[in-house]
Amino acid sequence: MIAELGHFALALAAAVALVQAVVPMLGAARGDGAMMAAAAPAALVQFGVLGIAFAALMHAYITSDFSVLNVIENSHSLKPLLYKVAGTWGNHEGSLLLWVTVLALFGALVAVFGRNLPPSLKARTLSVQALITLGFLVFMLLTSNPFARVFPPPIEGTDLNPLLQDPGLAFHPPMLYVGYVGLSISFSFAVAALIEGKVDAAWARWVRPWTLLAWTFLTAGIALGSWWAYYELGWGGFWYWDPVENASFMPWLAATALLHSAIVVEKRDTLKSWTILLAIIAFGLSLIGTFLVRSGVLTSVHAFASDPDRGIFILLLLVVAIGGSLGLYAWRAPGLQGGGLFRPVSREGALVLNNLLLSAAAATVFVGTLYPLFLEVLTDDKISVGPPYFNLTFTPIMGVLVIALGVGAMLPWKRGDLGAVTRRLTVACVVTAVLMGLAALLYWQRSALAVAGLGMAAWLAAATLTQLWQRVRPTARIGVGEGVRRMAGLPRAAWGMTLAHLGVAVIVAGATGASLLTQETISSGGPGDRFTVGDYAFTLESVDRVAGPNYAAERGTFRVTDAETGDEIATLHGERRRYVAGGQETTEAGIRSDLGGDLYAVLGQPTDDGGWTVRLYRKPLVPWLWIGSGLLVLGGLFSLSDRRLRVGAPRRSGTRAGGVARTQPAE
Amino acid sequence: MIRSLLLALAVVVAALPALAVQPDEMLDDPALERRAREISQDVRCLVCQNQSIDESNADLARDLRVLVRERVKQGDTNQEVRDYLVARYGDYVLLKPPFGLSTLLLWASPALLLLVGALAVFLWFRGRGRASATQAGGAEAALSAEERRRLDRLLAGEDGPEDDGSGRDPGDRRA
Repeated sequence: MIAELGHFALALAAAVALVQAVVPMLGAARGDGAMMAAAAPAALVQFGVLGIAFAALMHAYITSDFSVLNVIENSHSLKPLLYKVAGTWGNHEGSLLLWVTVLALFGALVAVFGRNLPPSLKARTLSVQALITLGFLVFMLLTSNPFARVFPPPIEGTDLNPLLQDPGLAFHPPMLYVGYVGLSISFSFAVAALIEGKVDAAWARWVRPWTLLAWTFLTAGIALGSWWAYYELGWGGFWYWDPVENASFMPWLAATALLHSAIVVEKRDTLKSWTILLAIIAFGLSLIGTFLVRSGVLTSVHAFASDPDRGIFILLLLVVAIGGSLGLYAWRAPGLQGGGLFRPVSREGALVLNNLLLSAAAATVFVGTLYPLFLEVLTDDKISVGPPYFNLTFTPIMGVLVIALGVGAMLPWKRGDLGAVTRRLTVACVVTAVLMGLAALLYWQRSALAVAGLGMAAWLAAATLTQLWQRVRPTARIGVGEGVRRMAGLPRAAWGMTLAHLGVAVIVAGATGASLLTQETISSGGPGDRFTVGDYAFTLESVDRVAGPNYAAERGTFRVTDAETGDEIATLHGERRRYVAGGQETTEAGIRSDLGGDLYAVLGQPTDDGGWTVRLYRKPLVPWLWIGSGLLVLGGLFSLSDRRLRVGAPRRSGTRAGGVARTQPAE
Repeated sequence: MIRSLLLALAVVVAALPALAVQPDEMLDDPALERRAREISQDVRCLVCQNQSIDESNADLARDLRVLVRERVKQGDTNQEVRDYLVARYGDYVLLKPPFGLSTLLLWASPALLLLVGALAVFLWFRGRGRASATQAGGAEAALSAEERRRLDRLLAGEDGPEDDGSGRDPGDRRA
C-alpha cells in the first residue's frame, strides 16, 4: 500500500511539475502576476509530494518489504538500520529518486527564500527547474520505477554491496547530490536570465549564494567519497581518476570557476555572458556525470547498447537540456552588454586566469574520461586513460593555478602593479624558500617532485596569510594589535576566501604526501612477527575471530613502535570481513592518524604456512587532505553567511535566511 | 527471480579476493621488484573497472603481475615488458595511452584548450579596448535609470564595490 502511495506520488509530482513548468513561464511572458505567482506554491507542493515518495521508499527499506523488487535486490533483513536507510539511495532507482527530490528541494528553497526576486525572474527560474524535474520524473516512471512489486515475495533480500555498508558512504551520495543537483538552480537562474535578456550585478548576487551552497556540499561529498575509498578499499589511495569520480569532479571544477566569475559580475558588472555559460556548463556536467554513472556506458559501450532504454532516455534528456540551453545562449547572449573595464593585470584579470585554468582543467578531465568511449564508438579501438594521463595533464595546470593564486588574490581591482604585489609578497617568498629547503633535507632522496609539491603548498599558504594580514594592516602606521582587532571586522566573505585558499594549500600538501611520500611493506607472517616500515616497527600481536551483525571477521592486532627506540606508538586493528548474505569479503584497515600522517595496517589472506599476508603503510600528511577539505567547506559556509549575499533573502525574517544566523560585524 | 539468483551467484564467484600484490609473488631482488611494481602500476587489470594490476584483487591481475615479474627477471627493460603486454592484449592494457594517431587529440587537447582559451581572452581584451575607445565611459551608463534605482535599493547599506571591509552597513540596524 505504502509503495503504491509512493508510486502515485511520483506520478502526481510529474503533473505538478508540468503545471509549474508551463503556467509561470506563460505568466512571465504575458506579464500576468497571478500566473507567475503560481510558481512558488507549485514548487512547495512538488517538494512535499516527492518527499512523500522518498519516505515511502525509505519505509519499504526500513521494514524490509521484500515485495518491492528494489528492496530485494539491495537490502537484507540483517542489515543494520543505518544501511537500510542508506540503501534507499544505494541503487539506480533510489538514487534517481534522491536526485529529483533534491531538485525539488532547491526549487522549494528558492520559492521560500527568493521573496524579493523580481517576480518574472523567480517565475522563470522555478519554471526551468520544474522542466528539469519533469524530465527526470518521466524517466523514472517509464524506465526506473523504484516501487515495482514482485509476487510471490522472497523471504530474504540479496543485500547491499558490503563495500557500500559504511558510514562514510552512507552519507556520501546525499551530500554529493545536494551539490550536484544544487547546480541546477544556477542553471535555472542562467536560463531564466537569458529569457529575460538581462544580467546585472543583482542577478549575480542572487545566483552566488545558491552556487556557493551547491559547491560547499559538492566539496563535502567528494571529500567523503575520497575518504571512504582511502580507508575502505584497502590500499590507501585517495583518488583514482575513476570515471565515476571524474563525473563529480568536473562539475566541481566548473562550479569553482563559476563562483569566481560571478564575483566579477557582481562587483564589476562584466564577464556576464561567460558566467551564464559557466552556469550552463556546470549543471550540464552534472547531467553528463549522471548519464555516465547511470547508463552503464562506462562499463562498456556494448553494455550500453544491449540495454539501451535507460541510457538513450538520459542521453535524450542531456541533449535537450544542454543543447536547448546552449542554443538559447547562442541566440540571446550576444545581446548582453559588458560593463566595467579592467587591465589584464588586475583582480579581474586574475579571476579570468583562474577561470581559464579551471576550465582547461575541467575540459582535460572531460576529454580524458570520454575519449576512450568516443574512440571505441568511432574506430573500435580500445584504450585506457588512467591516472598517468591525468598526472601529466591535469596536475601541471593545477600547479600553475596554485602558484598564480598566491599573486592573483593580492591584486587590486581594475588595474594592478605586478611589481608592487611581488614586493608585498617578499616575506611569503622567504617563508616558502625556507620551508622548501626543509622539505628538501627530509625528502629530496625519496622524491624531488614531493619537494616541489610541498613548496607550492607552502607558497599558497604563506601568500594567503600575507593577503589577509595586509588587508587589515595595509600600512605600517597601523599597529599590529590594531591589525588583529580589525580581523574580527572583516566581512565573512573575506574569511571564507582565506579559509578556502588555505584549504587548497593544505590539500596540495596532503596529496603530495599521500601520493609521493608513502612507505609500504608487504609481507607475510604470524603472531609475534615484526615488520619495519620506514621509522616504524609493526608487530602482529594476534589474529582473532570476531562476529559482526551481518558478517564474520578475522581481526589482526598490530602494535606499532618506534623502530629505533622501541617506544610504544599505537595499536591498530585491521579486519577482513566476510558477509553472510553474499559471501563477499571486505577489508577494514586499521588506521592511526595524527598531524604528521597515518599509520595504516591491513590484514590480508591467510597463507599456506599458517600465517597471513600483511600490508603496512606509513602515509605522511594524509590527514591534511581531510583537514583541507574541511577548510574548503568551512570557507564556503563562512562566505555563505556573509550578509552581503543574503540580499535575495527576505528582509524581515533575516534570521531564517538560508538557515544561517544573522551576524553583526563588530564595529 | 532468476536474475537475482544469477546476481547472487556472480557475486559469490567474484568474491574470492587475494588483495593486490602478494608477498609470494615478489621478486627477491629489491631493484627488480621495484621495477616490477613501477610497471604494474601502469598496467590495467583487464577485467576490472579502471584498476591497475598492482591494486587489483582479480585472478587475472595476479597472473599479469607474475608475468611482468617473469619478464623483468629475464632481463627485459620496462619498455620491453610493456611492448610484450601490448602485443598480447592491445593498447587497452596500458593505463597511460601511447602517443599515436588515434590518441593525438587526447594528448594535445589540454595544451590546445589552454591555447584557444588564452587566445579567446586576448581577443576579448583587444575587442573591449577598441569598443571602449569609441564610446568612452559607456560602461557605467549601461544600466537604465530604473535598473540603477533598483540596484541602489538592493545595495542600500552594503559594502562598497571594493569590498575592503571598511564600509559598515546601516541596513543591518534597520532590520
